[in-house]
Amino acid sequence: MSPDQLVFWVFAPISIGSAIAMLFQRNAVHAALLLIVNFLTLAVFYLVLDASFLFAVQVIVYAGAIMVLFLFVIMLLGVDRNEALAERLRWQRPAAVLLGLGVMAELTFAIRAGVGFATKGAEAFATTANEGGNTLALSKVLFRDYFFPFEATSVLLIVAAIAAMVIAHRQRRAITRAEQTATPVAEAEPEPVS
Amino acid sequence: MKTPIAYFLIVSAALFTIGTIGVMVRRNALVMFMSIELQLNGVNLALVAFSRMHGDLTGQVITFFSLVVAAAEVVVGLAIIVNVFRRRRSTNVDDLSLLKW
Repeated sequence: MSPDQLVFWVFAPISIGSAIAMLFQRNAVHAALLLIVNFLTLAVFYLVLDASFLFAVQVIVYAGAIMVLFLFVIMLLGVDRNEALAERLRWQRPAAVLLGLGVMAELTFAIRAGVGFATKGAEAFATTANEGGNTLALSKVLFRDYFFPFEATSVLLIVAAIAAMVIAHRQRRAITRAEQTATPVAEAEPEPVS
Repeated sequence: MKTPIAYFLIVSAALFTIGTIGVMVRRNALVMFMSIELQLNGVNLALVAFSRMHGDLTGQVITFFSLVVAAAEVVVGLAIIVNVFRRRRSTNVDDLSLLKW
């Protein structure tokens, strides 16, 4: 068994197992931690597939930045809230699992028909496509062929940052004034009655 | 590399499917959002695997763009969830039935 096969067979069960375990966690923090495990296994897959730049980006951006943002929001909204497991539509859960298994079977069939279970990766990937290292080769493709989309993503990120600030912004002054006028009345009223 | 590319594609399909089931089954908006991230990552893995299969780096470039879009999506989505939580005191999507007739 070659090293990349060994890495695959060690990390593929961890990847799928952590993803399935995520679905059964009632606590959102545990789900987030299992998702981090899943993202790290995906980073290992990228390394096996000779995409070392994406390995680093996956660890930094996904397992680092995005999941920290998730955990931050979970903490902000209260950790101790457990999800109510009561379902409004009784047949929804079995139907979802059944349809999901259908999607899985369909995708497996498509992979078998389109790629085949014996197809290996291109020969000598490190010396042809990854010539001079993955980061250098990737930057050549990115800045020569995809320069305009790359610039468009910078606009996208700025728009997203401004949108997040606008959406999550709270008008503090209006709320505190309303509370200041509302609370003395509510507290003073019961006293004369009793 | 001796692992067939199809194995990675199977794993990516499995992750996508688990993400899909998660979106349909879970009612907590945050966990649904995590399931969407899982779907995105499944597709990313498929793109990188195809890039390795064809010996072409375009798949990795598209994965890079997909990462950027996912980051922007997470930022806006979490801001919306925080805003909804402030009004409704809940992250359960069943409570958000204002637009339902």
